[in-house]
Amino acid sequence: MEILNALALLSNYVFVPAIAYGSQLALGALGVTLVFGILRFSNFAHGDTMAFGTMVTILFTWWFQSMGINLGPLPTALLALPFGIAFCALFVLASDRLVYRFYRAKRADPVIYLIASVGVMFVTNGIVRFIIGPDDQNFADGERFIIKAREFKKMTGLSEGISIKVSQGITVVTMIIVVTALFWFLNKTRSGKSMRAYSDNEDLALLSGINPDRVVAITWIIAAALATIAGTLYGLDKSYKPFTYFQLLLPIFASAIVGGLGNPLGAIAGGFVIAFSEIMVTYAYKKFAAYMVPGDWKPDGLMQLLSTDYKFAVSFIILLLVLLVRPNGIFRGTGT
Amino acid sequence: MSALRNVGYFLIMATLIVLVGQFQSWNLALSILNLCLISAIMSLGVNMQWGYAGLFNVGVMGFAAMGGLAAMLISVPPVREAWSAGGIGVLMGVVALILTIVAAVATYRKLQAKRFGMIAVVLVCVVGYFIMRSLFDPATALIEKVNPASTGYLGGFGLPIIIAWPIGGIFAGAAAWVVGKITLGLRADYLAIATLGISEIIVAMLKNEDWMTRGVKNVVGLPRPVPYEIDLQNTQWFIDLATRLEMDPVTFSSIFVKLCYAALFTVVLLLVLYLSEKALRSPWGRMMRAIRDNEVSANAMGKDIKARHLQVFVLGSVVVGIAGAMLTTLDGQLTPASYQPLRFTFLIWVMVIVGGSGNNWGAVLGGFVIWFFWIEAEPLGTWLMEVLTSQMDAGSELKAHLMNSAQHMRLATMGLILLVTLRFSPRGLLPEKTGRAV
Repeated sequence: MEILNALALLSNYVFVPAIAYGSQLALGALGVTLVFGILRFSNFAHGDTMAFGTMVTILFTWWFQSMGINLGPLPTALLALPFGIAFCALFVLASDRLVYRFYRAKRADPVIYLIASVGVMFVTNGIVRFIIGPDDQNFADGERFIIKAREFKKMTGLSEGISIKVSQGITVVTMIIVVTALFWFLNKTRSGKSMRAYSDNEDLALLSGINPDRVVAITWIIAAALATIAGTLYGLDKSYKPFTYFQLLLPIFASAIVGGLGNPLGAIAGGFVIAFSEIMVTYAYKKFAAYMVPGDWKPDGLMQLLSTDYKFAVSFIILLLVLLVRPNGIFRGTGT
Repeated sequence: MSALRNVGYFLIMATLIVLVGQFQSWNLALSILNLCLISAIMSLGVNMQWGYAGLFNVGVMGFAAMGGLAAMLISVPPVREAWSAGGIGVLMGVVALILTIVAAVATYRKLQAKRFGMIAVVLVCVVGYFIMRSLFDPATALIEKVNPASTGYLGGFGLPIIIAWPIGGIFAGAAAWVVGKITLGLRADYLAIATLGISEIIVAMLKNEDWMTRGVKNVVGLPRPVPYEIDLQNTQWFIDLATRLEMDPVTFSSIFVKLCYAALFTVVLLLVLYLSEKALRSPWGRMMRAIRDNEVSANAMGKDIKARHLQVFVLGSVVVGIAGAMLTTLDGQLTPASYQPLRFTFLIWVMVIVGGSGNNWGAVLGGFVIWFFWIEAEPLGTWLMEVLTSQMDAGSELKAHLMNSAQHMRLATMGLILLVTLRFSPRGLLPEKTGRAV
């Protein structure tokens, strides 16, 4: 019983949140890694692209809410998501047309793209703050829980409950659907194959008649879709604040690099590695230890490895470790 | 011709500041000037990394914060009770930390090639971490209990704050060395992301290690290197001077203090600028540019690229750290929450790119121009919004929203300036001079 209680406790505070957070990171990292694979630069604007897409989704959600349209137990944001994706794709395509295309034609150094993406990040950030403001926004509605802690306790008779939020359930389901669709697209369709060919060897792909503009446009649209979905899920699960999305850059990049930049499978694995380590390291194990150790013994401290204020340090340290040991990531990305 | 143009740019800049003095106030003009000077030094540091060597550092904020930390630690008087409460514990914790690092590095060196080498290193780190925490935690808890409303931290050394400027440089340089050692030699992206990470962590540390920095409670009232306004107002020679200049002693005292700061900052700026110019025109500077322009051939000539990159990365960060310490000195307080990446990292980048990467004078000019517009863009933006919304209802929600959001437009404007410069004039206002004719 004690061990079951301990497991329930750990699932409630570590596993469930980490799976949800990992899915969000994985979706974000997939976008970064795809852009890296095709356009060969780390897109610093990705966090703010997420913020932009989510912002559009939020605005549509509010509009739907004001008209009384909703999805019952599910959040209205799901209905608004396609609109967010569409606007975000348009925005990203416009930024490619106005900024990146010029450097592509010139075959500029990757570091120039980095700086350009910083410029795009600045502009996006400004636009988002201008439209929706820098503060927290709430747009979640519908049911809040799939399983409430109280119900779980009654069901199992344990003294620790597991609660699963609707947003967490939706996150995982959406992640599975999106990733399946993405891999199907990359492996089975003509466009997906041409994308992979372009990523593997640009010159060879051009020789075999692949239209680079098309490949690039598709990449941006997919990246925008992934960013919007990841951003909306994160916003539903936690809260929406433009600056938080900028700060997500670090764990997202860490996920992509840990898995191997340019490798989609690696990005997913990396997302979960980062999310699990972040939450496991910052969780206070005091209660867990009390269950695991027999008798009335209770530890003095919180038994927390690292305070949650330093959660970014976790992604950073994992990033450094991977760079030290396997600079190409666990799954061997494209770049060296 | 180009020399004339360069002088022209600086003259225009000086005129703009004078105009602010004439039409807004001299106090404001001097505030802008002081921050322009600091920005110029910071962008000189970033210019070393980017302009000389092509290294993309996204952690300027962190290195500036290291400087700020030094300014606080050096200048504040020590808190005796806190030291007697937990000083020994903290010192032992620091010793444990250093020993852990030494042990980890030794294990890494010895077992690097072995199969389980990395696991051993991680194990050493974890064990060391627990020992360190067991020493630190009780000590810091005791320290934070010492009169938390006004102190609750160890305090500093109580030395003149000017000493903190070079020390701030050393702090920043040390952080840069760690990051550079690991990530230089890999892709440019990795350095960028690692510097982004270290800067977030440094700022998180300043915000949360209350025993060291009081965290978000801020350390205010740092001692100044220049006289205080109130003292000046009570000094005879100063009152005489004010009457001779026909100025109100109170206004004049604050202008006088700002002028003192400006003089100090100018000395540092000129010194850094002189050294940078010397370095850039020396064989070392030519080597750096050769490495930047063609790593492969520089490598073939026997240049140790990774070591040179590390060197210039640390040097640039030192300069940023010095500027960071100066900034905290000018503010007179350490406010960890004020370190924002958009203000401290990306704005400096705009300065370097707009000024002219690779050209030290360009970096200085960029620092002046961009800071000036960063400050003046806010009233300008508000005014613009007022004109644009003048036709709207006074009570309309849209108008209120637009007026409130006008301040965020300067972010977008800075981004646009960066993008436009990068595309249409990638060499900046003052392009880098290359070749023999210098």
